[in-house]
Formats: sequence, C-alpha cells, structure tokens
Amino acid sequence: MINFTLLAAQTADSGTKMEIGDAALTAVFGYCVVFFGLFLLMIVLFITGGIFKSKDAKAKAKAEAVLENVKKEVEANPLTVTPLALPCAPGSAGHVKLHGVPDKEAAMIMAIVADKMQTPLNELRFISIKEVK
Amino acid sequence: MNIIDTLEKLWGDSGFQSFFVDGGWKNLIMILISCVLLYLGIRKKFEPLLLVGIAFGCLLVNLSYFGPESTDALYHPELWSEFLDESSEFHHDYGHILSNGGLLDILYIGVKAGVYPSLIFMGVGAMTDFGPLIANPKSLLLGAAAQMGVFLAFFGAVCLGFTGNQAASIGIIGGADGPTAIFLTTRLAPELLGPIAIAAYSYMALIPMIQPPLMKLLTTKKEREVKMEQNRNVTKTEKIIFPIIVAMFVILLLPSTAPLVGCLMLGNLWRECGVTERLSDTVQNALMNIVTVFLGISVGATTAASSFLNIKTLMIIGLGLTAFAFSTVGGLLVGKIMYVLTGGKVNPLIGSAGVSAVPMAARVSQMEGQKANPSNFLLMHAMGPNVAGVIGSAIAAGFLLAVFGK
Repeated sequence: MINFTLLAAQTADSGTKMEIGDAALTAVFGYCVVFFGLFLLMIVLFITGGIFKSKDAKAKAKAEAVLENVKKEVEANPLTVTPLALPCAPGSAGHVKLHGVPDKEAAMIMAIVADKMQTPLNELRFISIKEVK
Repeated sequence: MNIIDTLEKLWGDSGFQSFFVDGGWKNLIMILISCVLLYLGIRKKFEPLLLVGIAFGCLLVNLSYFGPESTDALYHPELWSEFLDESSEFHHDYGHILSNGGLLDILYIGVKAGVYPSLIFMGVGAMTDFGPLIANPKSLLLGAAAQMGVFLAFFGAVCLGFTGNQAASIGIIGGADGPTAIFLTTRLAPELLGPIAIAAYSYMALIPMIQPPLMKLLTTKKEREVKMEQNRNVTKTEKIIFPIIVAMFVILLLPSTAPLVGCLMLGNLWRECGVTERLSDTVQNALMNIVTVFLGISVGATTAASSFLNIKTLMIIGLGLTAFAFSTVGGLLVGKIMYVLTGGKVNPLIGSAGVSAVPMAARVSQMEGQKANPSNFLLMHAMGPNVAGVIGSAIAAGFLLAVFGK
C-alpha cells in the first residue's frame, strides 16, 4: 500500500526559510571566518617555516665551515688527506683513510677488491688504503 | 497453472508496467538522464571514476523504485524519510534500514554516516604533496579567497527561496570538492544530495572550460606573463609536522571539520612520515577505489525520479555554476592584489587554482600561464592555493555545519 505521508516527508525541505538580511550577514561572516582561519594557519606556517629555515641556515654554515677546513687540509697536504671531518653518507660505516692514494684510485681498488671477493661493496669496510713504495 | 493469470502477474510485477502508471514516465526521463551521464563519464571523461558510478546508481534506482510499494527496489527513499523524521519510531534506526532496505540502502549508510567522504579525504591526503603550500604559506589566502562562490551561491539560494540548510548545501558546490559537498549535504539537506553531487562533479570536470574565460577577462596579458621565483625546498620534518599542526589548529578552531580535516591530515601523515608506506599505498589505491565504488553508486541511488525531477534541480545546477564562477573570480581578485603588493612577483593566474579541484585547477593555471608566456611554469606555484582550497572548503563546510547543523 502506498504510504502518502512518507512520500510527502521524503521531499520535505530540511531547515527553515531565512531572511535575506540574515543570509547576507551569514555569508559575509562565513567568508570572514574562512579567511581568519586560513590567515591564522598561514601565520603558524610562517613561524614553523622560520624555525626550520634558521636551522637550515645553521646547518649550512656548519657544513661550509667543515668544507673550508677540508679545503685548507687539501691545500696543505694534497696526497694524504682524508676528509675525516666531513659527515658520513647515510648508511656508510665511516671514512677510509687514504695514505698517498688519490680518491679515484682508492675507488678503483675498493671495486676490484669487492669483485675479487665476490662480496657487494656495501658489505665491506675499508679502514685505510696505503701506497707501498 | 493458469497461464493467463501468471502472465498478468508477471506483467503486474514488471517495471515495464510501472512506466504506464502514476508518474512512471518520470522514471523513463531519469533513465534517459542516467544514460546522458554515462555518456559524459565514459565518452567525455567527465570525472569518470565517480560519474559512471553515480549514473549507474541513478539507472538502478529508477529501474527498480516506482514508489513506496516497490518492495524489490534497491533503494527506498521512504525508509530514509522515517530515519530522519524525529517523530517516527524508526528515527536514526539503522537496524530498520538493514532489515528492510535494498542493497543501495545498505551502501548508503556509509554516505549518511559521513564515512565515505571522510575516507575519500584520507586518500586525497595520502595523494597530496603539501610541499608547495608549506613553501609559500601565502597561498592559503588564495585558497580562502576562492571560497567566495560558496557564500555568494548560499546567499543566492536563500534569495531563490531555499531554506538555510539547503542553501548551505548548494553553496558548498563552489568549494569544488565533491566529498565535502556530499558530507555537508547529507547532514544539512539530504533530499538534495543527488542533484548537488551531480552538479559538483560535473562542474569539477568542466573546470578547463569554466575557468579560462574568467581568467582572461580578469587579468591582463602582462599579469599572465609573470614568471614566479622557484619555491624554497621543504624539509621532510616540515612535511611531517604540517598535518599534525593543521589537524590540531583547524579542528580546535572548528570542531565540525574534524571528520574531513582529521582524515585528510592522517592520510597525509601516513604519506610523509616514511614508516607507513604500506598504509599510505593502501589508502591511496585500494581503499580509495573501494570507497569510490560505494560512494558513486549510493549517491546515484538518491536520484529517484520522485525527488530529482523538479525545478529545484535546475536551480541547483544554475547556482552551482554561479558558485564555481565566483570562486574562480575570488581567487583571481586576491591574486591580483598579491601581484600589486609584491610589485609584480605573483602571477594572479594561480589564484584561480584556489578552488580545490586538485589538480585540475592547478593545471588550468599552468596552461593559461604558458599560453601567455611559453617559458612560464606555474604548476607548482598553483598547487599551493589548490591544496589550500581543500582546507578552505573544509573550513567553509565546518562553518556552515556549525551554523545550520543540529
């Protein structure tokens, strides 16, 4: 059987009619609330961004100082320099001390050793490489 | 067995017979509309992931529901009327829906409870890189400005005789955010869910046609040619902290935004924190797809001919277009203000991306910027206002829910 009461309720309007003045006020106020909310969020993001930027700047300055030291060392002793002061790459076990061996040759030696030992390079640790004269 | 009686009974039970009695022709019109929507989704690729589901849901409900006497219907509007009716013994009785409803009634529970839109937001969060917004927080102002259409359409709807609740639901179409529109409408004016969802998703698909004329109208060639400086790099830690800050801040400001903003930011945290890749992947793909299936088909089910075919639907479609247009205008105007205040460093075209249709609106800004200056790359600059628009429309919805919700 058709339930006409329910059929009428199904298309009934939700809520009540509004005065146009009230609607205008709600619209303006709502727009302001959205602006206010996002403006405050913007300030929060500026503050957190500022904190991170200053941290970045400090880290950069530190890294530059380290590089400067390394440069000086290289200039002083070009063949026996190992950049011990430099931070390690992620996942690496540490630095290799090079004694009279240029970087390129050291890399080649490490690759050859890994190949001969049939072991991946990242599973080997080289402490130092020294040229025997 | 009496063959004539059996044939008569079969004819009496069939949907074909229902087309010829008591408003059955309306179902025929709705079936045609669903075919048009299927054509738009499949052939024209108008938001196909949702529109195809919505259109097929529309088809299914209008093939099976011809009035409250349709016992085999997949969706029963009268059950939901009882569910909403405070004087009914079945007020807010999900058990009544489960024991008497059809398949689409049961799926619709997820819409009614606000589960599907929130889960979609979780997926959106997991898919969104908020980096451009974090790098340039001023983008938030463009996202706020582009909510202008929401409130203008709300006002327009009240002027056209809609109730406050209905006007709020219609206005949110201007937020260009389907899940937000569905979330708000199911709470404020569920009787308008079908037309509002269809209008929202259709206009989102039409953004490349709606926005460019307004962009050209409101900006000069010189403004469109502006090349913006590259944004700063955003650290991983900033990206991890961002969703936590936004969730705390926005939910404390407007608690009614908690389901949407909470899920959006949780999804984003899973994406960025680097230790929940499996969850992030599930939310972005499997969960998003499952929820899209349920959401599309159950929203389509609300388009029963008896409630869809009326003058209000046409008004909603007109107001939705107004809302979209004014949201674009709002973003562009604030973009122009930024252009002046920064001495020409901001390209006002990125303002139109403040409507939250991600990433379509940002792509339109990019395309228009490149048309004016082929060496212009605005995409990443436009992504800032674009994702700010998602937060902005959630705040607008939260405000309307706080004002008109019970």
